[in-house]
Amino acid sequence: MKIFATVTLKKEVLDPQGKVINQTLKNMGYKNIVNVRQGKFFDIELDEKDRSKAKIIAEEICKKLLSNVVIEDYTIDLK
Amino acid sequence: MKSCVIVFPGSNCDRDVAVALEKFQIKNQMVWHAESDLPKSDLVVLPGGFSYGDYLRTGCIASKSKIINDVIRHARSGRLVLGICNGFQILIEAGLLPGVLLRNKKLRFISKNVFLKVVNTNSKFSSNYNKKSIIKLPIAHNEGNYFAENKIIEKLESENLIAFKYCDKKGEVNEVDNPNGSSNNIAGIFNKEKNILGMMPHPERLVDPLLSGMDGSLMFESLAKSH
Repeated sequence: MKIFATVTLKKEVLDPQGKVINQTLKNMGYKNIVNVRQGKFFDIELDEKDRSKAKIIAEEICKKLLSNVVIEDYTIDLK
Repeated sequence: MKSCVIVFPGSNCDRDVAVALEKFQIKNQMVWHAESDLPKSDLVVLPGGFSYGDYLRTGCIASKSKIINDVIRHARSGRLVLGICNGFQILIEAGLLPGVLLRNKKLRFISKNVFLKVVNTNSKFSSNYNKKSIIKLPIAHNEGNYFAENKIIEKLESENLIAFKYCDKKGEVNEVDNPNGSSNNIAGIFNKEKNILGMMPHPERLVDPLLSGMDGSLMFESLAKSH
């Protein structure tokens, strides 16, 4: 099973890099860009076939290591 | 008084702080992060640097080191822990202090001397600062922008757990002299029991007139006499 986890700054936390990318895209001519948030993507191989068990592990590692829940949100995708 | 300085891969202020501790007759030992037990010590110092190259988040990987379990036990037993710069970031990632240190507001690494107001002198780290309440110390960081939810900031203020605030040379705390965008100009905080101090400025760099100042030495004097 594979865990795909995405970690981004929470909406209310300023994301200066996202802002700069947003502005740069606009400068490049992409006028219809509304907003950019930058994040991190993790591709994790897991030796586990049971989906619900994998989900529990994924939740745990996102909370304990991959994100700082004070300022970041995470999403998990299992495949 | 006995201390130990934890050394992580990428620590670079570990020897500076050891020199500062020993200058004030604190008997110090260096401890590698992969050890599981601390030597008998009254004070544990997490030094500045770039542990693990700041991978994932600053201080994050170091906060999961083997030795940290014993540092947490040491802290919970009421003994002293000092985290400077990257050490402050590690304390936060280890959950020993609240909040988070974000990237500097202006996205630049800042290396300069700043003025600090000593907000609370009623601690084992800061008691000697009653002689001098506006000090100058160097900062050198990219992630020093202290942030926490309002409830936590209010609690730090009302319970007098802020150790240092960035200010101007007269001690006035204002936006202009906030180098990194920290909430309420916070440069260092205590835990509730005030046995843990995390701070971004580097007191260990100013402990000798030859190094252009002595403002850091008051902290090590405070620590030395606290025991």
